[in-house]
Amino acid sequence: MGFLKVSSPHAHGPMSTARVMRLVLLATIPGLFSLTWFFGFGSLVNVLWASITALAFEALALKWRKRPIGFYLNDYSALVTAFLLGIALPPGSPFWLIMIGTGFAILICKQLYGGMGYNPFNPAMAAYVMLLISFPVQMTTWLAPQGSFAGDLLGPIDALRYCFGFGRDSIDAITMATPLDVLKQNDSLLIEDLWQGSAQFGQFAGIGWEWANIGFLLGGMYLLYRRVFTWHAPISMLASLTIMSALFYDGGSSASGGSPLFHLLSGATMLGAFFIVTDPVTSAVSNSGRVIYGALIGILVYIIRVWGNYPDAVAFAVLLMNFAAPFIDHYTQPRTYGHKLKDQQGGKS
Amino acid sequence: MRKIWDIHGGIHPAENKHQSLHNPIENAGIPPQLILPLAQHIGAPASPIVNVGDRVLKGQMIAEAKGFVSAPVHAPTSGIIAAIESRVIPHPSGMSASCIVIDTDGKDEWIAHQGLEDYTQLSKIELVDRVRQAGIAGMGGAGFPAAVKLSTRDDKPIETLILNGTECEPYITADDILMRERAAEIIAGAEILRHLIKPSKETLIGVEDNKPEGIAALKKAAEGTGIEIVVFPTKYPSGGEKQLIQILTGKEVPSGGLPSDVGIVCQNIGTATAIYRAIRFGEPLISRITTVTGEACGQPQNYEVLLGTPVQYLLDKSGFDKDNCIRLIMGGPMMGYTLQDTAVPIVKTSNCVLAPTVAELPPPPPAQACIRCGMCAEACPVSLLPQQMYWFARAQEHEKLEDHQLFDCIECGACSFACPSNIPLVQYYRASKAEIRQAQQDKIKAERSKERFEARTARLEQEEAEKEAKRAARMEAAKAKAAAAANAPEAGKADIIQAAIERSKAKKAESTDPAQAAIARAQAKRDGNAEEESPQEKTERLQKLLASAEKRLAAAKEKLALAQEQQNENADAFATAVSKTEEKLAATQKELSEHEASLVPTKAAPASDSADPAQAAIARALAKRAGASADESDEDKTTRLQNTVASTEKRLSAAQEKLASAQEQNDANVAAFATGVEKTQAKLDTAKKELSDHLATLKTSSASEPVASDDPVQAAIERAKAAREAQANMSDADKIKQTIESLESRIARTKEKLEAARAEGDDKADILADSLVKLEDKLAAAQQTLSET
Repeated sequence: MGFLKVSSPHAHGPMSTARVMRLVLLATIPGLFSLTWFFGFGSLVNVLWASITALAFEALALKWRKRPIGFYLNDYSALVTAFLLGIALPPGSPFWLIMIGTGFAILICKQLYGGMGYNPFNPAMAAYVMLLISFPVQMTTWLAPQGSFAGDLLGPIDALRYCFGFGRDSIDAITMATPLDVLKQNDSLLIEDLWQGSAQFGQFAGIGWEWANIGFLLGGMYLLYRRVFTWHAPISMLASLTIMSALFYDGGSSASGGSPLFHLLSGATMLGAFFIVTDPVTSAVSNSGRVIYGALIGILVYIIRVWGNYPDAVAFAVLLMNFAAPFIDHYTQPRTYGHKLKDQQGGKS
Repeated sequence: MRKIWDIHGGIHPAENKHQSLHNPIENAGIPPQLILPLAQHIGAPASPIVNVGDRVLKGQMIAEAKGFVSAPVHAPTSGIIAAIESRVIPHPSGMSASCIVIDTDGKDEWIAHQGLEDYTQLSKIELVDRVRQAGIAGMGGAGFPAAVKLSTRDDKPIETLILNGTECEPYITADDILMRERAAEIIAGAEILRHLIKPSKETLIGVEDNKPEGIAALKKAAEGTGIEIVVFPTKYPSGGEKQLIQILTGKEVPSGGLPSDVGIVCQNIGTATAIYRAIRFGEPLISRITTVTGEACGQPQNYEVLLGTPVQYLLDKSGFDKDNCIRLIMGGPMMGYTLQDTAVPIVKTSNCVLAPTVAELPPPPPAQACIRCGMCAEACPVSLLPQQMYWFARAQEHEKLEDHQLFDCIECGACSFACPSNIPLVQYYRASKAEIRQAQQDKIKAERSKERFEARTARLEQEEAEKEAKRAARMEAAKAKAAAAANAPEAGKADIIQAAIERSKAKKAESTDPAQAAIARAQAKRDGNAEEESPQEKTERLQKLLASAEKRLAAAKEKLALAQEQQNENADAFATAVSKTEEKLAATQKELSEHEASLVPTKAAPASDSADPAQAAIARALAKRAGASADESDEDKTTRLQNTVASTEKRLSAAQEKLASAQEQNDANVAAFATGVEKTQAKLDTAKKELSDHLATLKTSSASEPVASDDPVQAAIERAKAAREAQANMSDADKIKQTIESLESRIARTKEKLEAARAEGDDKADILADSLVKLEDKLAAAQQTLSET
């Protein structure tokens, strides 16, 4: 038998795409735990059902495309999409809503473009936006967090029942507007009074929300530590969001946009910063490009949250910047060894 | 503590260096047969200077360097030349190339050689020449002839001399063990290099911090020399020349430039040792240290190996287990290439033979989709965006690839190593580079043939236009003549004669006879219109040519060096270009020196001959036509002058006859003929006068030496004259027929040459094809004239 004839390099690093995806899944645990702790088992059921349907859609699409199913399912990318969508959807969402979401994400946003690596938009965020526009009622019905009302949290059995459409009528009893909603609706109270008068607010932001965000922040820190992504995009997004909210805080008047801490720990800020903005496929590629990409997302999030029509804005901001990523790439090529910066940039194409 | 800079990116693959460091360097011994490729270096292959069957001694040069960027090859031990033939050489493609094969005799008998106790007694040029003659090529892996790097130029002062002891590739320990065991030789080599290059600032030896023993040994050996050992953190690929320069000095070699552009020369420590041995002991490069390692080797170890030793011989010594070995790698796991044949020899650049097991370096898993994670960009030592380049490479978007600096990629493999999707990124870049180069060459070719086509079209059009103009002019002339004949016979005639004189002058200017042309030029010169190139002018022109050729050579050399720097596959082509340019340069130099030599007798000559420069030129022209430049004796001159008189008389009578017949036929050329007759008459007079003058001087002069009657110059002149007269006496049709014949024979010869050139793939083929077309055009034109007459 002859020797293997291959080109260099012969050694390979320990990282694999499947490992990257598994690390991302692992990093969602603290956030998912906080969500469950404060809002009951709704989110877990969301994630579970989203995973099952996403894998099924992925397998179906691969079969249609005559691709090896096992090989591609093993990259865990469909599971990551499912987890992110499941977390983003309101806990206890109906099964059909989730299924439409994963179907849209996997079939339309991912496989139709050619599968993993080829999609221009983040599938989970595209599906989220599609659902938000199509089913606004279901998408804005969020459960009340623990401690803000007298009743019990959604247990695992109830969560399953809700999901699959049994006894959904009673769900209204435990829903509540999210803190971002409350702030948006407010037009007469000082921030301080608003805080006092609404049960959803906790230490820094909404009860539960702040802990869910801290959970995702922890997960993000872990991924940074494991060098799954670089700090550039998430940190610049959080920084620009902080700067925007500090600029327009105005000390907490009735027209205030909310404090920086409130914005950092509300809605999908941390989930977006560490799990969505860092999606490599749809973001800018160079480090300087990622700084710009992240910063613009942060600014857009604040603009849409405070002056736009929707209470939360991460999905919209990310999709808008997905459009802009190739443009940013064009102008942010890093300086190559032995070249002067001006030789390289300025839009040669 | 000196400042250490960091390079962008880099990776930390498993080092696996300890395995081969348990034992000291072992002499691998003399294998029964050595295979020495003629191209073990970057540049033109060496050319053999021995024959099959010759006995050669250890250290004897068996192939000489061919051109500036080349290196000779020496016999690593004594033996008989068994063959000079094509053998498989160590190359990624597994190709074969010319090798000298030596059957060793085991006597290991040295050729007489002598070293230098004190190298400072020799000039830099002599020392560099010794390095060149020793066949030393960069031993770190690239194999760039060391002498070329030492030939620093005065306009690029060198600040820093760097010796590269980084050895960042995993597994390889050849440099490490060299430092441990032969630190003194490295330092001695460094001192020679420092003496040669004279860095104005410092001499540094860069070593990664994973070689503490080697560092300690080097530091000890370097004490008191002022050579600094700089230790920096281990990271692949710190050992790349450009990367090492950045780490040690913070400078970046400009893209497309050389280290000398930023005042730096970089040599491998192995090369420094080889230079030391060549200067101190007069030993050429005939062996090197090679690491044989990998888990499929029972005893991984470093060997002192004779160049040309087959890999199989080394593997046998190391307890190689073929069944366990998945791939055989020449070089390290990051940049080495796989071997298919264990018969390939160790060459000047072979620093490692790696025989890993399946578990050690498993076969690459299938590539997954790129998720643009950017880990490759994080790992890239030259700050490229490998993920973008991968997409462009797949889409064959060559322009975008070049915009993303594809050609700055050093092919270190860090991106492929880091890629979580197992995409063989480097392979994509190699393929794209080759595609782009191919496309560029095709483009140049296409443009050349377009130019040729356009030039030909333009030429044909111009010829057509000229013919048209001539025809029109002839018609005008006929009309004018008719009118003149009718109206003012006398005044008109004068005009016609004037016109005819103009025409005949123009015709004379077009004359192709070299002797005639030279005479005309000489006459013109006498009239003050010096158009012919004077010797001084020629000297100047040649010198200019020489200067431009030198410039071109320098440029070509730089390009070559650059190509080698980047391990460009075009390096060979550049090397050939360099050697061609060198040949041209040599030819120009030769011409210049010949011309200068010829100037001396010319300058000395005038006194003997008449003082008239025109006369001298005529004499020279005639002499040239005869193919010799000997001076005329007096007797020769007499004969020549007599001949001239005779021939001129003959021509005069012919011209008179023609004039008479033209007058009879009322030909338009009457005036021309008349002028011709007049001129010939004048010439005859001059010739007669000259002859009589000469005869007069002869009578007065007492000494006249007898000269052999069969003087070749005279004979040649006679022949040429006869030919010219024969041609003059021929009818027009005969002349054309002769032209056609000669054209046909030329076409046939050109065709033969063209076929030969095409068969060899010579680039002269284009030129030949072009001239063939031209000849065929001429032939067609001649045939047409023939049929018209």
